[in-house]
Amino acid sequence: MSVQKQFLTINDIKKGLLEKRFSALEVTKNYLKRIKEKDEEINAFLVRTEELALSQAKEIDKLVSEGKKLPVLAGAPCAVKDIILIKDIKCTAGSKILENYIAPYDATVIKKLKDSGAVILGKTNLDEFGMGSSTENSAFKITKNPHDLSRVPGGSSGGSAAAVAADECCYALGSDTGGSIRLPASFCGVVGFKPTYGAVSRYGLIAFASSLDQVGPLAKSVEDAKIIFDVISGKDKMDSTSAEVKWPKSDYSLKNLKIGVPKEYFIKGIDPEVKKIIKETIKKAEEQGAKIEEISLPYTEYALAAFYIIAPSEASANLARYDGIKYGLSENEKGGILDVYLGTRSKGLGQEVKRRIMLGTYSLSSGYYDAYYLKAQEIRNLIKEDFEKAFDKIDLIFTPVSPTTAFKIGEKTEDPLSMYLSDVFTVTANLAGLPAVSLPCGKIDNLPVGIQIIGKPFFDYQLLQAASFIEKLSL
Amino acid sequence: MISKEEVIKISKLARLKLSEGEVSKMQKDLSEVFNYFNLLKKAKSQSKAAVFSVGIKNKKEKEESIGIKRITREDRADSQLEPVVKKLIEAAPDKKNSHIKVKSIF
Repeated sequence: MSVQKQFLTINDIKKGLLEKRFSALEVTKNYLKRIKEKDEEINAFLVRTEELALSQAKEIDKLVSEGKKLPVLAGAPCAVKDIILIKDIKCTAGSKILENYIAPYDATVIKKLKDSGAVILGKTNLDEFGMGSSTENSAFKITKNPHDLSRVPGGSSGGSAAAVAADECCYALGSDTGGSIRLPASFCGVVGFKPTYGAVSRYGLIAFASSLDQVGPLAKSVEDAKIIFDVISGKDKMDSTSAEVKWPKSDYSLKNLKIGVPKEYFIKGIDPEVKKIIKETIKKAEEQGAKIEEISLPYTEYALAAFYIIAPSEASANLARYDGIKYGLSENEKGGILDVYLGTRSKGLGQEVKRRIMLGTYSLSSGYYDAYYLKAQEIRNLIKEDFEKAFDKIDLIFTPVSPTTAFKIGEKTEDPLSMYLSDVFTVTANLAGLPAVSLPCGKIDNLPVGIQIIGKPFFDYQLLQAASFIEKLSL
Repeated sequence: MISKEEVIKISKLARLKLSEGEVSKMQKDLSEVFNYFNLLKKAKSQSKAAVFSVGIKNKKEKEESIGIKRITREDRADSQLEPVVKKLIEAAPDKKNSHIKVKSIF
Protein backbone atom coordinates (compact mmCIF):
# COMPACT_ATOMS: atom_id res chain seq x y z
CA MET A 1 0.00 0.00 0.00
CA SER A 2 1.64 3.20 -1.08
CA VAL A 3 -1.07 5.83 -1.11
CA GLN A 4 0.35 7.49 1.99
CA LYS A 5 1.70 10.46 0.05
CA GLN A 6 -0.42 13.50 0.76
CA PHE A 7 -2.35 15.32 -1.91
CA LEU A 8 -2.59 12.85 -4.75
CA THR A 9 -3.77 14.51 -7.94
CA ILE A 10 -6.14 12.96 -10.46
CA ASN A 11 -3.23 12.02 -12.72
CA ASP A 12 -1.17 10.68 -9.75
CA ILE A 13 -3.99 8.27 -9.00
CA LYS A 14 -4.44 7.20 -12.60
CA LYS A 15 -0.71 6.64 -12.99
CA GLY A 16 -0.58 4.62 -9.76
CA LEU A 17 -3.44 2.44 -10.99
CA LEU A 18 -1.81 1.82 -14.36
CA GLU A 19 1.51 0.95 -12.71
CA LYS A 20 -0.44 -1.25 -10.29
CA ARG A 21 1.13 0.46 -7.29
CA PHE A 22 -2.29 0.48 -5.65
CA SER A 23 -5.85 -0.45 -6.53
CA ALA A 24 -8.78 1.93 -6.81
CA LEU A 25 -10.36 0.10 -3.91
CA GLU A 26 -7.31 0.79 -1.74
CA VAL A 27 -7.32 4.47 -2.66
CA THR A 28 -11.03 4.76 -1.93
CA LYS A 29 -10.78 2.93 1.41
CA ASN A 30 -7.89 5.17 2.34
CA TYR A 31 -9.97 8.30 1.73
CA LEU A 32 -12.98 6.83 3.55
CA LYS A 33 -10.71 6.12 6.51
CA ARG A 34 -9.38 9.64 6.38
CA ILE A 35 -12.91 11.06 6.34
CA LYS A 36 -13.74 8.95 9.38
CA GLU A 37 -10.71 10.33 11.23
CA LYS A 38 -10.74 13.95 10.05
CA ASP A 39 -14.38 14.81 9.59
CA GLU A 40 -15.19 14.57 13.31
CA GLU A 41 -13.52 17.96 13.66
CA ILE A 42 -13.93 19.43 10.15
CA ASN A 43 -17.61 18.59 9.53
CA ALA A 44 -17.26 18.89 5.77
CA PHE A 45 -19.62 16.03 4.88
CA LEU A 46 -23.39 15.81 5.29
CA VAL A 47 -23.79 12.39 3.70
CA ARG A 48 -21.19 9.69 3.05
CA THR A 49 -21.84 7.46 0.06
CA GLU A 50 -19.52 4.63 1.05
CA GLU A 51 -21.42 1.93 -0.80
CA LEU A 52 -21.51 3.92 -4.04
CA ALA A 53 -17.79 4.78 -3.75
CA LEU A 54 -16.72 1.19 -3.16
CA SER A 55 -18.77 -0.13 -6.07
CA GLN A 56 -17.39 2.55 -8.40
CA ALA A 57 -13.83 1.74 -7.27
CA LYS A 58 -14.38 -1.96 -7.95
CA GLU A 59 -15.52 -1.11 -11.49
CA ILE A 60 -12.26 0.73 -12.08
CA ASP A 61 -10.20 -2.16 -10.71
CA LYS A 62 -12.04 -4.45 -13.11
CA LEU A 63 -11.00 -2.22 -16.02
CA VAL A 64 -7.40 -2.27 -14.79
CA SER A 65 -7.34 -6.05 -14.46
CA GLU A 66 -8.84 -6.45 -17.93
CA GLY A 67 -6.20 -4.11 -19.31
CA LYS A 68 -8.83 -1.72 -20.67
CA LYS A 69 -8.34 2.01 -21.22
CA LEU A 70 -9.03 4.00 -18.07
CA PRO A 71 -11.40 6.98 -18.21
CA VAL A 72 -9.93 10.38 -17.26
CA LEU A 73 -11.16 10.52 -13.67
CA ALA A 74 -10.54 6.82 -13.01
CA GLY A 75 -10.44 6.01 -9.32
CA ALA A 76 -10.04 9.60 -8.14
CA PRO A 77 -12.37 9.97 -5.13
CA CYS A 78 -14.41 13.17 -5.03
CA ALA A 79 -17.01 14.99 -2.97
CA VAL A 80 -20.10 16.80 -4.25
CA LYS A 81 -21.77 19.89 -2.81
CA ASP A 82 -25.12 18.80 -1.43
CA ILE A 83 -27.05 20.98 -3.86
CA ILE A 84 -26.26 18.77 -6.88
CA LEU A 85 -28.44 15.69 -7.40
CA ILE A 86 -27.00 12.18 -7.29
CA LYS A 87 -29.59 9.56 -8.13
CA ASP A 88 -30.99 7.70 -5.12
CA ILE A 89 -28.87 9.72 -2.66
CA LYS A 90 -30.26 12.28 -0.24
CA CYS A 91 -29.94 15.89 -1.40
CA THR A 92 -30.72 18.46 1.28
CA ALA A 93 -29.34 21.76 -0.11
CA GLY A 94 -28.45 22.34 3.56
CA SER A 95 -32.12 22.91 4.31
CA LYS A 96 -34.64 21.35 6.70
CA ILE A 97 -37.19 21.63 3.92
CA LEU A 98 -35.28 18.97 1.92
CA GLU A 99 -33.94 17.02 4.90
CA ASN A 100 -35.34 13.70 3.65
CA TYR A 101 -35.40 14.39 -0.09
CA ILE A 102 -33.97 11.59 -2.24
CA ALA A 103 -32.77 12.66 -5.69
CA PRO A 104 -34.78 10.87 -8.41
CA TYR A 105 -32.13 11.37 -11.10
CA ASP A 106 -28.50 12.37 -11.71
CA ALA A 107 -27.55 15.95 -12.46
CA THR A 108 -25.86 16.20 -15.86
CA VAL A 109 -22.51 16.97 -14.20
CA ILE A 110 -22.87 13.84 -12.05
CA LYS A 111 -23.75 11.70 -15.05
CA LYS A 112 -20.62 13.03 -16.73
CA LEU A 113 -18.46 12.35 -13.66
CA LYS A 114 -19.81 8.81 -13.40
CA ASP A 115 -19.17 8.19 -17.11
CA SER A 116 -15.58 9.36 -16.60
CA GLY A 117 -14.78 6.89 -13.84
CA ALA A 118 -15.29 9.10 -10.78
CA VAL A 119 -15.57 7.63 -7.30
CA ILE A 120 -18.07 9.61 -5.23
CA LEU A 121 -17.38 9.68 -1.49
CA GLY A 122 -20.26 11.83 -0.32
CA LYS A 123 -22.15 15.12 -0.20
CA THR A 124 -20.67 18.21 1.39
CA ASN A 125 -22.05 20.89 3.68
CA LEU A 126 -23.14 24.32 2.41
CA ASP A 127 -25.05 27.43 3.33
CA GLU A 128 -28.75 26.64 2.91
CA PHE A 129 -29.55 26.77 -0.84
CA GLY A 130 -26.10 28.31 -1.38
CA MET A 131 -27.09 31.48 0.46
CA GLY A 132 -24.16 32.58 2.54
CA SER A 133 -20.44 33.25 2.63
CA SER A 134 -19.36 31.09 5.57
CA THR A 135 -21.33 27.79 5.48
CA GLU A 136 -22.74 28.81 8.89
CA ASN A 137 -26.22 29.01 7.34
CA SER A 138 -26.40 25.22 6.96
CA ALA A 139 -29.37 23.80 8.84
CA PHE A 140 -27.26 20.83 9.89
CA LYS A 141 -23.70 21.59 10.98
CA ILE A 142 -20.90 24.14 11.11
CA THR A 143 -17.93 23.28 8.89
CA LYS A 144 -14.51 24.31 10.22
CA ASN A 145 -11.60 25.73 8.28
CA PRO A 146 -8.90 23.03 8.21
CA HIS A 147 -6.19 25.70 8.65
CA ASP A 148 -7.75 27.04 11.86
CA LEU A 149 -10.69 25.26 13.45
CA SER A 150 -11.99 28.45 15.07
CA ARG A 151 -12.57 29.97 11.63
CA VAL A 152 -15.10 29.53 8.82
CA PRO A 153 -14.18 27.78 5.56
CA GLY A 154 -16.01 30.44 3.54
CA GLY A 155 -19.18 29.74 1.63
CA SER A 156 -21.34 28.63 0.29
CA SER A 157 -19.34 25.63 -0.99
CA GLY A 158 -17.52 25.50 2.37
CA GLY A 159 -17.85 21.74 2.82
CA SER A 160 -16.33 21.07 -0.61
CA ALA A 161 -13.42 23.47 -0.03
CA ALA A 162 -12.71 22.14 3.48
CA ALA A 163 -12.89 18.52 2.27
CA VAL A 164 -10.32 19.22 -0.47
CA ALA A 165 -8.06 21.22 1.86
CA ALA A 166 -8.15 18.50 4.56
CA ASP A 167 -7.46 15.87 1.87
CA GLU A 168 -10.74 14.11 2.65
CA CYS A 169 -11.15 13.82 -1.13
CA CYS A 170 -9.08 14.33 -4.26
CA TYR A 171 -11.35 17.06 -5.64
CA ALA A 172 -14.90 18.35 -5.25
CA LEU A 173 -17.74 19.98 -7.13
CA GLY A 174 -19.24 23.24 -5.95
CA SER A 175 -21.60 25.86 -7.30
CA ASP A 176 -21.01 29.60 -7.56
CA THR A 177 -23.73 32.26 -7.66
CA GLY A 178 -21.77 35.21 -6.26
CA GLY A 179 -18.46 33.70 -5.23
CA SER A 180 -19.53 30.43 -3.61
CA ILE A 181 -16.69 28.43 -5.16
CA ARG A 182 -13.99 31.11 -5.13
CA LEU A 183 -14.41 32.50 -1.61
CA PRO A 184 -14.15 29.12 0.18
CA ALA A 185 -11.31 28.12 -2.17
CA SER A 186 -9.47 31.27 -1.10
CA PHE A 187 -10.17 30.78 2.64
CA CYS A 188 -9.13 27.10 2.52
CA GLY A 189 -6.12 27.44 0.21
CA VAL A 190 -7.34 25.38 -2.74
CA VAL A 191 -8.04 26.10 -6.41
CA GLY A 192 -11.65 27.06 -7.17
CA PHE A 193 -12.97 27.67 -10.66
CA LYS A 194 -16.24 29.27 -11.74
CA PRO A 195 -16.62 28.68 -15.48
CA THR A 196 -18.23 31.09 -17.96
CA TYR A 197 -22.01 31.26 -17.55
CA GLY A 198 -23.37 28.61 -19.90
CA ALA A 199 -20.21 26.50 -20.09
CA VAL A 200 -21.53 23.86 -17.68
CA SER A 201 -25.07 22.43 -17.51
CA ARG A 202 -27.08 23.19 -14.37
CA TYR A 203 -29.60 20.39 -14.91
CA GLY A 204 -29.88 18.78 -11.48
CA LEU A 205 -28.33 21.72 -9.64
CA ILE A 206 -30.90 23.00 -7.15
CA ALA A 207 -31.61 26.54 -8.35
CA PHE A 208 -30.73 29.63 -6.35
CA ALA A 209 -30.47 32.48 -8.90
CA SER A 210 -30.73 31.14 -12.42
CA SER A 211 -29.06 34.01 -14.29
CA LEU A 212 -25.97 33.64 -12.06
CA ASP A 213 -25.60 29.99 -10.93
CA GLN A 214 -22.75 27.94 -12.35
CA VAL A 215 -21.20 24.58 -11.36
CA GLY A 216 -17.43 24.26 -11.10
CA PRO A 217 -14.54 22.34 -9.54
CA LEU A 218 -12.54 22.78 -6.34
CA ALA A 219 -9.19 21.04 -6.58
CA LYS A 220 -5.62 20.86 -5.35
CA SER A 221 -4.10 22.05 -8.59
CA VAL A 222 -5.05 24.03 -11.69
CA GLU A 223 -4.33 20.92 -13.76
CA ASP A 224 -6.97 18.97 -11.83
CA ALA A 225 -9.48 21.82 -12.15
CA LYS A 226 -8.93 21.75 -15.91
CA ILE A 227 -9.40 17.97 -16.13
CA ILE A 228 -12.70 18.23 -14.22
CA PHE A 229 -13.89 21.20 -16.27
CA ASP A 230 -13.14 19.23 -19.42
CA VAL A 231 -15.42 16.45 -18.18
CA ILE A 232 -18.36 18.54 -16.92
CA SER A 233 -18.58 21.27 -19.58
CA GLY A 234 -20.66 21.15 -22.75
CA LYS A 235 -24.07 21.76 -24.23
CA ASP A 236 -26.93 19.89 -22.57
CA LYS A 237 -30.41 19.73 -24.00
CA MET A 238 -31.77 19.65 -20.45
CA ASP A 239 -30.39 23.15 -19.72
CA SER A 240 -31.35 25.74 -22.32
CA THR A 241 -28.75 28.17 -20.93
CA SER A 242 -25.89 25.78 -21.63
CA ALA A 243 -23.92 26.87 -24.67
CA GLU A 244 -22.62 25.12 -27.74
CA VAL A 245 -19.11 26.51 -27.52
CA LYS A 246 -16.48 26.77 -30.19
CA TRP A 247 -13.60 27.06 -27.77
CA PRO A 248 -11.12 29.71 -28.87
CA LYS A 249 -7.90 28.06 -29.94
CA SER A 250 -5.34 30.66 -28.92
CA ASP A 251 -2.57 29.98 -26.41
CA TYR A 252 -1.41 32.34 -23.69
CA SER A 253 2.21 32.64 -22.71
CA LEU A 254 3.26 34.50 -19.60
CA LYS A 255 5.69 36.62 -21.60
CA ASN A 256 3.04 38.22 -23.79
CA LEU A 257 0.21 38.30 -21.29
CA LYS A 258 -1.53 41.62 -20.73
CA ILE A 259 -2.82 41.75 -17.19
CA GLY A 260 -5.23 44.43 -16.00
CA VAL A 261 -5.29 45.41 -12.35
CA PRO A 262 -8.49 47.34 -11.54
CA LYS A 263 -7.90 50.10 -9.04
CA GLU A 264 -11.44 49.73 -7.65
CA TYR A 265 -10.47 46.36 -6.14
CA PHE A 266 -7.71 47.76 -3.97
CA ILE A 267 -9.68 50.33 -2.04
CA LYS A 268 -9.87 50.94 1.68
CA GLY A 269 -11.42 48.10 3.63
CA ILE A 270 -9.02 45.57 2.18
CA ASP A 271 -6.59 44.03 4.68
CA PRO A 272 -3.17 45.62 3.89
CA GLU A 273 -1.48 42.24 4.24
CA VAL A 274 -3.85 40.71 1.66
CA LYS A 275 -3.17 43.62 -0.67
CA LYS A 276 0.58 43.15 -0.25
CA ILE A 277 0.45 39.44 -1.14
CA ILE A 278 -1.71 40.07 -4.23
CA LYS A 279 0.60 42.88 -5.39
CA GLU A 280 3.66 40.66 -4.86
CA THR A 281 2.10 37.92 -6.99
CA ILE A 282 1.36 40.43 -9.75
CA LYS A 283 4.96 41.65 -9.49
CA LYS A 284 6.25 38.11 -9.96
CA ALA A 285 4.19 37.79 -13.13
CA GLU A 286 5.64 41.09 -14.34
CA GLU A 287 9.18 39.86 -13.69
CA GLN A 288 8.43 36.92 -15.98
CA GLY A 289 7.54 39.27 -18.81
CA ALA A 290 3.79 39.87 -18.36
CA LYS A 291 2.63 43.40 -19.04
CA ILE A 292 0.79 44.93 -16.10
CA GLU A 293 -1.63 47.77 -16.63
CA GLU A 294 -3.75 49.61 -14.10
CA ILE A 295 -7.33 49.72 -15.34
CA SER A 296 -10.61 51.15 -14.12
CA LEU A 297 -13.94 49.34 -13.81
CA PRO A 298 -15.98 52.33 -12.65
CA TYR A 299 -19.24 50.55 -11.84
CA THR A 300 -17.58 48.14 -9.40
CA GLU A 301 -18.78 50.06 -6.35
CA TYR A 302 -22.42 49.33 -7.26
CA ALA A 303 -21.91 45.64 -8.02
CA LEU A 304 -22.61 44.25 -4.56
CA ALA A 305 -25.87 46.19 -4.18
CA ALA A 306 -27.00 45.13 -7.66
CA PHE A 307 -26.12 41.52 -6.89
CA TYR A 308 -28.00 41.48 -3.59
CA ILE A 309 -31.09 42.73 -5.39
CA ILE A 310 -30.91 40.45 -8.44
CA ALA A 311 -29.93 37.20 -6.70
CA PRO A 312 -32.63 37.38 -3.98
CA SER A 313 -35.22 38.45 -6.58
CA GLU A 314 -34.53 35.33 -8.61
CA ALA A 315 -34.36 33.25 -5.42
CA SER A 316 -37.76 34.47 -4.29
CA ALA A 317 -39.22 33.04 -7.49
CA ASN A 318 -37.10 29.86 -7.58
CA LEU A 319 -37.88 28.96 -3.98
CA ALA A 320 -41.63 29.31 -4.45
CA ARG A 321 -41.53 25.62 -5.43
CA TYR A 322 -41.03 24.60 -1.78
CA ASP A 323 -44.69 24.53 -0.93
CA GLY A 324 -45.16 21.24 0.93
CA ILE A 325 -47.05 19.70 -1.99
CA LYS A 326 -44.64 18.25 -4.53
CA TYR A 327 -41.71 17.06 -2.39
CA GLY A 328 -39.80 17.77 0.76
CA LEU A 329 -41.16 18.78 4.13
CA SER A 330 -44.91 19.18 4.43
CA GLU A 331 -46.72 20.60 7.41
CA ASN A 332 -50.10 19.24 6.50
CA GLU A 333 -52.01 21.48 8.85
CA LYS A 334 -55.69 21.60 9.26
CA GLY A 335 -57.19 24.35 7.18
CA GLY A 336 -56.68 25.22 3.54
CA ILE A 337 -53.84 25.01 1.11
CA LEU A 338 -52.44 28.38 2.20
CA ASP A 339 -51.92 26.94 5.68
CA VAL A 340 -49.84 24.14 4.15
CA TYR A 341 -47.69 26.67 2.29
CA LEU A 342 -47.18 28.91 5.30
CA GLY A 343 -46.66 26.11 7.82
CA THR A 344 -44.18 24.25 5.61
CA ARG A 345 -42.11 27.28 4.65
CA SER A 346 -42.01 28.78 8.14
CA LYS A 347 -40.77 25.54 9.63
CA GLY A 348 -38.54 24.36 6.77
CA LEU A 349 -36.63 27.49 5.72
CA GLY A 350 -33.83 29.08 7.74
CA GLN A 351 -33.41 32.73 8.71
CA GLU A 352 -31.08 33.75 5.88
CA VAL A 353 -33.24 32.08 3.24
CA LYS A 354 -36.31 33.85 4.59
CA ARG A 355 -34.38 37.12 4.59
CA ARG A 356 -33.41 36.69 0.93
CA ILE A 357 -36.93 35.74 -0.11
CA MET A 358 -38.14 38.90 1.63
CA LEU A 359 -35.43 41.05 -0.01
CA GLY A 360 -36.36 39.66 -3.41
CA THR A 361 -40.11 39.95 -2.94
CA TYR A 362 -39.70 43.53 -1.75
CA SER A 363 -37.42 44.47 -4.68
CA LEU A 364 -39.91 43.02 -7.15
CA SER A 365 -43.02 44.45 -5.55
CA SER A 366 -45.01 47.15 -7.25
CA GLY A 367 -43.72 50.57 -6.22
CA TYR A 368 -40.15 49.36 -5.63
CA TYR A 369 -39.52 47.44 -8.84
CA ASP A 370 -38.20 50.43 -10.80
CA ALA A 371 -36.04 51.78 -8.01
CA TYR A 372 -34.46 48.45 -7.11
CA TYR A 373 -34.83 45.54 -9.53
CA LEU A 374 -34.79 47.51 -12.77
CA LYS A 375 -32.01 49.77 -11.54
CA ALA A 376 -29.96 46.73 -10.51
CA GLN A 377 -30.39 45.23 -13.99
CA GLU A 378 -29.16 48.48 -15.53
CA ILE A 379 -26.11 48.42 -13.30
CA ARG A 380 -25.54 44.81 -14.25
CA ASN A 381 -25.34 45.77 -17.89
CA LEU A 382 -22.99 48.65 -17.15
CA ILE A 383 -20.71 46.30 -15.21
CA LYS A 384 -20.70 43.97 -18.19
CA GLU A 385 -19.77 46.90 -20.44
CA ASP A 386 -16.96 47.89 -18.05
CA PHE A 387 -15.45 44.45 -18.55
CA GLU A 388 -15.98 44.46 -22.32
CA LYS A 389 -14.12 47.75 -22.62
CA ALA A 390 -11.30 46.51 -20.40
CA PHE A 391 -10.93 43.28 -22.39
CA ASP A 392 -10.39 45.28 -25.60
CA LYS A 393 -6.95 46.11 -24.25
CA ILE A 394 -6.02 43.30 -21.88
CA ASP A 395 -6.25 39.49 -21.64
CA LEU A 396 -6.94 38.92 -17.97
CA ILE A 397 -7.83 40.77 -14.79
CA PHE A 398 -6.10 40.12 -11.46
CA THR A 399 -7.83 41.01 -8.17
CA PRO A 400 -8.03 39.74 -4.60
CA VAL A 401 -10.74 37.12 -3.99
CA SER A 402 -11.71 38.59 -0.64
CA PRO A 403 -10.74 41.69 1.36
CA THR A 404 -9.71 39.48 4.32
CA THR A 405 -8.58 35.98 5.21
CA ALA A 406 -11.02 33.51 6.84
CA PHE A 407 -12.96 35.14 9.68
CA LYS A 408 -13.97 33.67 13.03
CA ILE A 409 -16.99 31.41 13.36
CA GLY A 410 -19.87 33.56 14.64
CA GLU A 411 -18.14 36.85 13.79
CA LYS A 412 -20.66 37.95 11.13
CA THR A 413 -23.77 35.85 11.74
CA GLU A 414 -25.66 38.62 13.52
CA ASP A 415 -24.97 41.24 10.88
CA PRO A 416 -26.20 40.17 7.41
CA LEU A 417 -24.75 43.19 5.60
CA SER A 418 -21.21 42.57 6.89
CA MET A 419 -21.55 38.94 5.71
CA TYR A 420 -22.70 40.14 2.27
CA LEU A 421 -19.64 42.38 2.01
CA SER A 422 -17.38 39.29 1.97
CA ASP A 423 -18.55 38.81 -1.63
CA VAL A 424 -17.61 42.31 -2.80
CA PHE A 425 -14.86 41.16 -5.22
CA THR A 426 -16.49 37.98 -6.51
CA VAL A 427 -20.04 38.99 -7.52
CA THR A 428 -18.91 40.95 -10.59
CA ALA A 429 -17.83 37.82 -12.49
CA ASN A 430 -21.30 36.32 -11.96
CA LEU A 431 -23.10 39.51 -12.94
CA ALA A 432 -21.08 39.67 -16.16
CA GLY A 433 -21.09 35.89 -16.74
CA LEU A 434 -17.28 35.72 -16.85
CA PRO A 435 -15.01 32.81 -15.95
CA ALA A 436 -12.95 33.37 -12.81
CA VAL A 437 -10.53 31.30 -10.79
CA SER A 438 -9.34 31.57 -7.20
CA LEU A 439 -5.76 30.49 -6.74
CA PRO A 440 -3.76 30.22 -3.49
CA CYS A 441 -0.88 32.73 -3.62
CA GLY A 442 0.31 33.18 -0.04
CA LYS A 443 -0.50 33.04 3.64
CA ILE A 444 -0.95 35.41 6.54
CA ASP A 445 -0.30 33.69 9.89
CA ASN A 446 -1.09 30.27 8.44
CA LEU A 447 -4.31 31.51 6.79
CA PRO A 448 -4.39 31.20 2.99
CA VAL A 449 -4.85 34.14 0.63
CA GLY A 450 -6.27 33.70 -2.85
CA ILE A 451 -5.78 35.73 -6.00
CA GLN A 452 -8.70 35.99 -8.40
CA ILE A 453 -8.08 35.84 -12.14
CA ILE A 454 -11.01 36.87 -14.34
CA GLY A 455 -11.04 36.02 -18.03
CA LYS A 456 -13.00 36.78 -21.20
CA PRO A 457 -16.21 34.84 -21.80
CA PHE A 458 -15.47 31.29 -23.01
CA PHE A 459 -11.72 31.80 -22.67
CA ASP A 460 -11.94 29.28 -19.82
CA TYR A 461 -9.03 27.17 -21.05
CA GLN A 462 -6.77 30.18 -21.59
CA LEU A 463 -7.72 31.42 -18.11
CA LEU A 464 -6.71 28.09 -16.59
CA GLN A 465 -3.52 28.09 -18.65
CA ALA A 466 -2.59 31.50 -17.21
CA ALA A 467 -3.59 30.34 -13.71
CA SER A 468 -1.19 27.46 -14.05
CA PHE A 469 1.69 29.88 -14.84
CA ILE A 470 0.85 31.85 -11.71
CA GLU A 471 0.51 28.65 -9.68
CA LYS A 472 4.11 27.77 -10.57
CA LEU A 473 5.33 31.25 -9.60
CA SER A 474 3.65 30.99 -6.21
CA LEU A 475 5.15 27.62 -5.30
CA MET B 1 -36.83 52.61 7.75
CA ILE B 2 -39.19 49.89 6.58
CA SER B 3 -42.33 49.70 8.71
CA LYS B 4 -43.64 46.66 10.55
CA GLU B 5 -46.76 46.73 8.39
CA GLU B 6 -44.66 46.64 5.22
CA VAL B 7 -42.69 43.64 6.51
CA ILE B 8 -45.95 41.80 7.23
CA LYS B 9 -47.37 42.72 3.83
CA ILE B 10 -44.27 41.48 2.00
CA SER B 11 -44.16 38.29 4.08
CA LYS B 12 -47.69 37.52 2.94
CA LEU B 13 -46.71 38.01 -0.71
CA ALA B 14 -43.70 35.76 -0.10
CA ARG B 15 -45.83 33.06 1.53
CA LEU B 16 -43.92 33.27 4.78
CA LYS B 17 -45.45 33.30 8.22
CA LEU B 18 -43.16 35.26 10.51
CA SER B 19 -43.30 35.27 14.30
CA GLU B 20 -43.38 38.60 16.09
CA GLY B 21 -39.69 38.26 16.89
CA GLU B 22 -38.90 37.49 13.24
CA VAL B 23 -40.86 40.54 12.07
CA SER B 24 -38.80 42.86 14.31
CA LYS B 25 -35.51 41.29 13.27
CA MET B 26 -36.54 41.37 9.59
CA GLN B 27 -37.53 45.05 9.92
CA LYS B 28 -34.08 45.89 11.28
CA ASP B 29 -32.14 43.74 8.75
CA LEU B 30 -34.13 44.78 5.67
CA SER B 31 -33.90 48.46 6.62
CA GLU B 32 -30.15 48.20 6.92
CA VAL B 33 -29.74 46.35 3.62
CA PHE B 34 -32.09 48.64 1.67
CA ASN B 35 -30.30 51.60 3.12
CA TYR B 36 -27.15 50.16 1.55
CA PHE B 37 -29.01 49.60 -1.76
CA ASN B 38 -29.76 53.32 -1.92
CA LEU B 39 -26.18 53.66 -3.10
CA LEU B 40 -27.55 52.75 -6.53
CA LYS B 41 -29.40 56.07 -6.74
CA LYS B 42 -26.00 57.68 -7.10
CA ALA B 43 -25.13 55.60 -10.17
CA LYS B 44 -25.51 57.37 -13.47
CA SER B 45 -27.16 55.06 -15.94
CA GLN B 46 -26.35 55.40 -19.57
CA SER B 47 -28.11 54.97 -22.88
CA LYS B 48 -27.59 51.45 -24.15
CA ALA B 49 -27.45 50.04 -20.68
CA ALA B 50 -31.16 49.85 -20.10
CA VAL B 51 -31.37 46.28 -18.95
CA PHE B 52 -31.31 42.80 -20.37
CA SER B 53 -34.87 42.10 -21.30
CA VAL B 54 -37.12 43.14 -18.47
CA GLY B 55 -39.72 45.82 -18.37
CA ILE B 56 -38.78 47.63 -21.52
CA LYS B 57 -40.84 49.14 -24.23
CA ASN B 58 -39.74 48.09 -27.72
CA LYS B 59 -38.56 44.91 -26.14
CA LYS B 60 -37.61 43.15 -29.34
CA GLU B 61 -35.52 45.98 -30.66
CA LYS B 62 -33.79 46.43 -27.33
CA GLU B 63 -33.00 42.75 -27.11
CA GLU B 64 -31.54 42.66 -30.56
CA SER B 65 -29.37 45.67 -29.81
CA ILE B 66 -27.75 43.83 -26.90
CA GLY B 67 -27.46 40.49 -28.65
CA ILE B 68 -30.23 38.53 -26.97
CA LYS B 69 -31.69 35.60 -28.83
CA ARG B 70 -35.04 33.98 -28.05
CA ILE B 71 -34.76 30.28 -27.21
CA THR B 72 -38.35 29.32 -26.55
CA ARG B 73 -39.50 25.85 -27.56
CA GLU B 74 -42.82 24.20 -28.02
CA ASP B 75 -44.67 23.61 -24.75
CA ARG B 76 -44.61 19.85 -24.95
CA ALA B 77 -43.64 17.37 -22.25
CA ASP B 78 -41.04 14.75 -23.07
CA SER B 79 -42.15 11.41 -21.71
CA GLN B 80 -40.07 10.10 -18.84
CA LEU B 81 -39.08 6.55 -18.01
CA GLU B 82 -41.52 4.88 -15.66
CA PRO B 83 -39.06 4.41 -12.76
CA VAL B 84 -38.34 8.16 -12.78
CA VAL B 85 -42.06 8.98 -12.80
CA LYS B 86 -42.58 6.60 -9.89
CA LYS B 87 -39.81 8.28 -7.93
CA LEU B 88 -41.23 11.74 -8.60
CA ILE B 89 -44.65 10.67 -7.33
CA GLU B 90 -43.03 8.86 -4.42
CA ALA B 91 -41.42 12.14 -3.34
CA ALA B 92 -44.78 13.84 -2.83
CA PRO B 93 -45.86 14.04 0.80
CA ASP B 94 -49.51 13.24 0.09
CA LYS B 95 -50.50 10.92 -2.75
CA LYS B 96 -52.96 8.34 -3.92
CA ASN B 97 -51.97 5.74 -6.55
CA SER B 98 -50.17 7.73 -9.22
CA HIS B 99 -51.68 11.06 -8.22
CA ILE B 100 -50.42 13.83 -5.96
CA LYS B 101 -53.06 15.03 -3.53
CA VAL B 102 -53.56 18.77 -3.13
CA LYS B 103 -55.94 20.46 -0.75
CA SER B 104 -58.90 22.26 -2.17
CA ILE B 105 -57.88 25.73 -3.29
CA PHE B 106 -61.27 27.36 -2.80
